[in-house]
Amino acid sequence: MRSRSLKPVVLALALLLLPGVVVAGRTQHAPQESLIGKKAPEITRTDLQGKHLDLASYRGKVILLNFWATWCGPCQVEMPVFADWQRRYGTRGLQIIGISMDDDVAPVRKTVSRLKINYPVAMGDDVLGRRYGGVLGLPLTYVIDRHGVVRGRFQGETEPKAIEKEILTLLGTPQSLPAAYSSMMSADPSGVSPGRR
Amino acid sequence: MSFRMFRNTALLFCLAFLLCAAGRVAAQPHSGPGSALSIPQSALMQPAELNQMLQSGAAHKLVIFQVGSHMLFGEAHIPGSVYAGPAAEDAGLQQLRARVEKLDRGTAIVIYCGCCPWGHCPNIAPAYHLLHQMGFTHAKALYLANNFGTDWVNKGYPVAQ
Repeated sequence: MRSRSLKPVVLALALLLLPGVVVAGRTQHAPQESLIGKKAPEITRTDLQGKHLDLASYRGKVILLNFWATWCGPCQVEMPVFADWQRRYGTRGLQIIGISMDDDVAPVRKTVSRLKINYPVAMGDDVLGRRYGGVLGLPLTYVIDRHGVVRGRFQGETEPKAIEKEILTLLGTPQSLPAAYSSMMSADPSGVSPGRR
Repeated sequence: MSFRMFRNTALLFCLAFLLCAAGRVAAQPHSGPGSALSIPQSALMQPAELNQMLQSGAAHKLVIFQVGSHMLFGEAHIPGSVYAGPAAEDAGLQQLRARVEKLDRGTAIVIYCGCCPWGHCPNIAPAYHLLHQMGFTHAKALYLANNFGTDWVNKGYPVAQ
């Protein structure tokens, strides 16, 4: 009897609260989350070449992660610059990765070919965008250090020199590389240091 | 220096200058009819004003369209806004046309994109000019100077996902 009399009340409460719950779950007022100083969220995709792209597999390298789109003018101004950096600094440990925020892959393939992009490019999505604090305006570039920690974020039209400066700082000189990475790079099965050979 | 050397050096300088100039032009905001800069100031709405309308409930009189990429809309959009497709593409413009076709021409409409810095947005101007051509007298473009993240989300204004 008691439970029966409570049923309409519970139902009414549920109906009253449900929209609130839905709104609370979907509407927010929080600013975009900053990733600076945090581990870069994982990215596992298949790139435009059909190869597996796993951000974690580039640990030990300095990563420039560039979110772009074919409809973004400033993106296409800076992408050839990034391709040039990949050529110049690749041997020092720089890896550039492009994530297209286009809805369709066809124009992306055309643009990558036209701009002669020499680094892996994969398609993004809204889930990945949210994971990166919201990719709500392009271009957006993250600089990630050799430990996988986000060190820089550049959004909108950015002077390439500012990004380059950040990269060069992180690339550093061979002496300033993380100890583990340095020993890995200088490991020699012969046991003879390169300088003494 | 021989004349040939002088000529070749001059040609190289000219080529370098032209390449630099081309790069600068590509980086400049567009200023043609497809540019956001072609939208009259009187047709712009500031984000704070729209937020105020959303908070006060006055926004229920507005029809709000996002005219950018679907991926950005999926990440975050203004609550109650309707996705209309990227107006830089014919398909997007047709979608917007279809959505507003039956609306009264006095309907208050707000369009927004925020994909890129204002002067580089390829979507907002085609959408605005279409509405204008169709006779909408109360169509406004939300002025997002940098992008949707910086000028809307980071201001703490409401967002739906």
